[in-house]
Amino acid sequence: MKAAAALEVPRRRPDWLRFKLPSFIALLVLWQVSAMLIADPALFPTPLATLETGYLHLMTGELLFSLAVTLARVAVAFFFAMALGSAIGIALGRSQPMDAIFGGWLSIALNMPALVTIVLCYVWFGLSETAAIVAVTINKAPTVAAIMREGARALDRQLLEATQVFGVSRWKVLRHVVLPQLAPSFIASARAGLALTWKIVLVVELLGRPNGIGFQIRTFFNYFDIAGILAYSLAFIAIVLAIENFIVQPVERRTGRWRTA
Amino acid sequence: MIGLTLEGITRRFPAEGPGETTEKTVLQDISLAIEPGAFVTVVGPSGVGKTTLLRIIAGLDHGFQGRVAWSENRQPKIGMVFQEPRLAPWLSVIDNLLLIAAPGARAEALDLLDLVELAGSENALPRQLSGGMQRRAALARALLAKPDLLLLDEPLISLDSTRAERLRSHLVGYWQARKPTIVMVTHDFVEAVELSSRVIALAPESGRIALDRTIPLPHPRRVTDPAEAALLDELRDLARDWPAPSHTTEEGEAAPRASNAAMRLLTI
Repeated sequence: MKAAAALEVPRRRPDWLRFKLPSFIALLVLWQVSAMLIADPALFPTPLATLETGYLHLMTGELLFSLAVTLARVAVAFFFAMALGSAIGIALGRSQPMDAIFGGWLSIALNMPALVTIVLCYVWFGLSETAAIVAVTINKAPTVAAIMREGARALDRQLLEATQVFGVSRWKVLRHVVLPQLAPSFIASARAGLALTWKIVLVVELLGRPNGIGFQIRTFFNYFDIAGILAYSLAFIAIVLAIENFIVQPVERRTGRWRTA
Repeated sequence: MIGLTLEGITRRFPAEGPGETTEKTVLQDISLAIEPGAFVTVVGPSGVGKTTLLRIIAGLDHGFQGRVAWSENRQPKIGMVFQEPRLAPWLSVIDNLLLIAAPGARAEALDLLDLVELAGSENALPRQLSGGMQRRAALARALLAKPDLLLLDEPLISLDSTRAERLRSHLVGYWQARKPTIVMVTHDFVEAVELSSRVIALAPESGRIALDRTIPLPHPRRVTDPAEAALLDELRDLARDWPAPSHTTEEGEAAPRASNAAMRLLTI
């Protein structure tokens, strides 16, 4: 375990310096060059112009407010989708009759276009916050359920039998035998879900909310403010990557430790 | 101490695979009374249903006909060693043991790990141990359960002979000190004759009991002594008709889906 950690640490930094940073800079240069070639700042602004726009919106407080509003929606919808999706997925994965009866419903839900649920929720519940959250949850929960179902199906039967023979309490089995096996599925669905959730939240905001990144993008679209659209998108991408790097991945490493240790 | 009675146990498995059409009967009309505190070994050729018999007693098999009854009106506390170690790969050895024990069993768990010659490995993860070490950890776990009934499915297989010898004498010592009822499946006649108070041999094909002998001899025993040698000869005579032992399977008969997971437990 110690040897593996020692091997890993010195490698990570050079990797990041050697590849990720240069390739990121190359992307910026490519953007700068193509913007200069197109030479139409309104249609395709340079990175610097985008940064400047972003800075202006940051100073007025608008950017931060929109980010906060959107993130709050993402967080709430993400929570409900994970809870609902996990419950459904585990139920289907553990019970064959349930899966036989409701598995088909899940397939339908998985293939329901996001736009349809969003429009229907707005029509049925009005242009409200509830409708927005419900729409995102309904879009995201089936993906979580599908991944959790696979995880629940793959539970080690032999180990469950052993705990049964020894008369281990339900709580201990759940805590020490079932959940550790479901953790990888839970994190996989959280990852897949996070990216999906924030994309759907933007659409929901664009279609029927008076604030948030999605709403701002619609406003910029109305005024053909490309720099604004890019600035807001980049700010949001930065936040999502930060969450991925500093929250999701560390949690994933922690729960997967026994596989590689 | 708790005894048990098996009444007319029959177990049939549905046909498996495209070629087979008939169902397979592994146990047929097995009736046995096992006295409290007995040490019973079950021998027989591969595929005869020895593991299935243990699973039925343990309450893991629900497809059998017949009845299992306890001498007292309660479920016994069971400790079991399966053919596979069945340790949780994400828990250290000591945590695997403590998972099945009541709180405050740490000191006893460490003592038992010492007994099975795993002292110092308590914080290792199962995958860091060899297959034999994992089996010994599983044995320590079964003893930690303070069982009224100890079910052992070839617990000492794949251990080197001197270590197996030591663990056999530990097992007899444990049995004499605590007097649990033990049912042990083994392929090893010498083991059966040296350890147990009763040997039961299952017959191939019919799935019935071919031999049932009580061994009222004191421990330690030596198979070179006349009484032991006679019983050993009898068992070897009986086994002359048995099909050649297969070293690969036995899991397949009872829990077909289990073997993959078992291999995973052994190889990661």
